[in-house]
Amino acid sequence: MVAYLIRSVVQAALVMLAVAFIAFSMFRYVGDPIASIVGQDATIRDRQELAESLGLNDPFPVQFGRFLANALQGDLGISYRQGRPVVDLLVERLPATIELALLSALFAFLIGLALGVYAALNRHGVFANIVMALSLIGVSLPTFLIGVGLIFLFAVQLRWLPSFGRGETVAFGWWTTGLLTESGLKSLIMPVVTLGFYQLTLIMRLVRAEMLEVLRTDYVKFARARGLSERAINFRHALRNTMVPVVTIAGLQLGSVIAFAIVTETVFNWPGLGALFVKSVEVVDIPVMAAYLMFVGLVFVVVNLVVDLTYFVLDPRLRGTGAVPAR
Amino acid sequence: MSDPASKPQASAAPMGAIGRALDADLWFWFRSSPVAIVSAFVAVTLIAAALLADVLAPQNAFDAAQLNLLDGFTPPMERGMGSQMLFLMGSDDQGRDIFSALFYGTRLSLLVGLASVLFSLTMGISLGLLAGYVGGRTEMFIMRVADIQLSFPAILIALLIFGVARSLIPPQQYETAAVVVIIVAIGLSNWAQYARTVRASTLVERNKEYVQAARLMGISGLAIMARHVLPNVTGPVLVIATINLALAIIEEATLSFLGVGLPVTQPSLGTLIRSGQKFLLSGEWWILFFPALVLVLLALAINLLGDWLRDALNPKLR
Amino acid sequence: MTEPVLSVRDLRVEFVTRRGTLKAIDGVSFDIARGEVLGVVGESGAGKSVTGSAVIGLIEPPGRIAGGQILLSGERIDNLPAETMRRVRGKRIGMIFQDPLTSLNPLYTVAEQLIETIRTHTDLTPKQARARAIDLLAEVGIPAPERRIDSYPHEFSGGMRQRVVIALALCAGPELIIADEPTTALDVSVQAQIITLLKKLCRDHGTAVMLVTHDMGVIAETADRVAVMYAGRIAEIGPVREVVSRALHPYASGLMGAIPTLDQDIGRLVQIPGSMPRLTAIPPGCAFNPRCPKVFDRCRVDRPEPIEHRPAHRVACHLYDPAERPAVLEALS
Repeated sequence: MVAYLIRSVVQAALVMLAVAFIAFSMFRYVGDPIASIVGQDATIRDRQELAESLGLNDPFPVQFGRFLANALQGDLGISYRQGRPVVDLLVERLPATIELALLSALFAFLIGLALGVYAALNRHGVFANIVMALSLIGVSLPTFLIGVGLIFLFAVQLRWLPSFGRGETVAFGWWTTGLLTESGLKSLIMPVVTLGFYQLTLIMRLVRAEMLEVLRTDYVKFARARGLSERAINFRHALRNTMVPVVTIAGLQLGSVIAFAIVTETVFNWPGLGALFVKSVEVVDIPVMAAYLMFVGLVFVVVNLVVDLTYFVLDPRLRGTGAVPAR
Repeated sequence: MSDPASKPQASAAPMGAIGRALDADLWFWFRSSPVAIVSAFVAVTLIAAALLADVLAPQNAFDAAQLNLLDGFTPPMERGMGSQMLFLMGSDDQGRDIFSALFYGTRLSLLVGLASVLFSLTMGISLGLLAGYVGGRTEMFIMRVADIQLSFPAILIALLIFGVARSLIPPQQYETAAVVVIIVAIGLSNWAQYARTVRASTLVERNKEYVQAARLMGISGLAIMARHVLPNVTGPVLVIATINLALAIIEEATLSFLGVGLPVTQPSLGTLIRSGQKFLLSGEWWILFFPALVLVLLALAINLLGDWLRDALNPKLR
Repeated sequence: MTEPVLSVRDLRVEFVTRRGTLKAIDGVSFDIARGEVLGVVGESGAGKSVTGSAVIGLIEPPGRIAGGQILLSGERIDNLPAETMRRVRGKRIGMIFQDPLTSLNPLYTVAEQLIETIRTHTDLTPKQARARAIDLLAEVGIPAPERRIDSYPHEFSGGMRQRVVIALALCAGPELIIADEPTTALDVSVQAQIITLLKKLCRDHGTAVMLVTHDMGVIAETADRVAVMYAGRIAEIGPVREVVSRALHPYASGLMGAIPTLDQDIGRLVQIPGSMPRLTAIPPGCAFNPRCPKVFDRCRVDRPEPIEHRPAHRVACHLYDPAERPAVLEALS
């Protein structure tokens, strides 16, 4: 277990290093770090002096090392367009994205789980088949169209929900939340549904497939032969065994939810990191792009680690054996 | 026997697999699946419409000279104020016929989708073969990158590639390069799945005797394996490619919708939807609705075909 | 004579498929008395396991019981409502499956699975149920049960796991145990232990056992009586000694010829030519007629019904129909 844990952490660090490397390459070679500070019209001499003082003439490993050290201390450079430290921009927008992503993931997981279990247990039911057919349409429905459709229906036609922004937020230190005000909650509904919808269909189909698989296993047949109630068989046995792969995959989806927020945030003018990223791509703000990449990489790595750890909680076969879970 | 590749397996394998993929059996399964027939019909119709855009479209929607501003915002099934022409699906702010614009938009969406699938297919198959054949560190490196890439959403990767390309290409040349950039961006973000499939199949073949024999005789094992592995993966690769085509079309639409895809002068379905969004709030719903409808139909039809193909090629599910 | 624990009367099981209805079990009748072990043998597909599933009420759709009766201690159980039948399963009929590796839920400890089963069928408190679970484990021969009980299934060896499965089947003190190929998945060295254990437990508790297997060796060692199944019917049923040494039905005697013995040198083992027909293509008359060395005209048109040839020894074969004597003699001459 400890060995496995160490291996996971080392692997996470390596992935993070690779992501940082890509981010650094973008930062250093694609963008123009000097122009970002002094502007396009500085003299050549000014530029050279600045390059020297910034250490841009140092050997590559030294520069990369410095980039890493700075990043670890929270210095990710300065935005070309806004002239502010990138970290400040990220921190400012982080709560909006995290709140949106977590609620979406929760929404997708709970509804997806419930529908998936229902579809598996009532395989031949009419409602289950309708849900399955709709989920296939859901996969073909681009996220932005769901958002636009919801806006048209609930904001333009019915005027029930606001079409953009977070509404009123309440601040706790640097963290802001929309969960405590009515307008904040109302503003969350459509973005959460939009962002969660795709994951919902994914989780639902996954749960259904896994559960049908588990219901065919010998231990479920044996549980039946032991005379356990349908409830115990379906929920204590089948569902718990279904959860092992589902939690893994659903957990890994959390990383994607944060990245997928790019689209949803743009549709709803949500003041989060995704919208910031799209803006930065549009105007080629390399430091912000690089920083966002590092952020997503970090989320991905942390989520992976946490999912690896949940394995041990969920599957006793892995505890104490040091075995690597089969993916 | 001078050439080990001409042994029976060599000729049988390609015949067998391609034959299997396209044989009468598949045709039978196709005919007995109403979903597949309807999806194929929708997909073929849309593709034909895209190919024949110049002939079929009532108006060359992107030739400014043909537009009449007085026709602006004509609702569907009404005649324009200026040209008196009938607008089947209405017109946009500049009097552009939405129905005509759809032909061109679909063509561009399909072009980008197909080209990027071809791109990722070629890249994925080559890297998969290489990884499986060479093994060792090269394999580990390629597969690790594939793992990492697969866990990031394609849209994010495409956006990054897009952003980088944008800063490298001078703005004045950008409009002409946009289509290529977006094809590469989407293509680069989707190769990993092919690589995985091909590598798995390559690993199986690598240790077979004919490959060993070829190696001993100094013939490049890689070329021979390509000839044996590729037919074996035709089925799965075809399934991945079909589903990826739908994804690529959606991805392109999303990028264009976000304003980082194709410019307004070369509108795809996504660009049309983006420009339609402005007018949604003021009630001109048709400018957005019809492009969105076509996009969903196209993606759904291709997705359903892919799903059907996967089931049909999987003997376990029959 | 006391009432049999299990009495199956003219059981029919059908599977409805797109190509029509298949008769998996076609008119099977047998009894099992208290403390008796009935071996059920036959090739795969002969209907052994389906018979077991029918008795415990676990035939999966598209299969269904199409006729006949199943009586447990004189009480019909084939037509019970699902919920009532569920209470019979595990409480009055225990079942043991082939593969102990897959019969136990890997995510729960042995204690959890035992206690769950005990508490489903009795009113014991969790504490009492745990005590009973430990007793059961001790009874099936698991060393240090009070310590091992909190282990997960993967922490046991195959043989130990099958012991746990047996303990689970015994939880509520059932009248009947259906053991479906209980030793097939185990090492040869462990097989004998499990069989001995099963036999001992049933003798101690007076439990009736229906032992489904294709292993004639296991039957010869364990069973009191044996039923030989062929293509969904019972070809021959009788005391194990008689059937093994003096089988009546040509199929059964062929099958017995396939048991290797140490004390007798019979040269090569006998093999029955051909294979059992699929359920879709059962020939008219006796299902065995295409492979039968002693086939005669009537076998091809007329289906043989079971005849009590010796006391408690029935056979479904025209050779033993008294009316056929002249024809049989002619055929054999």
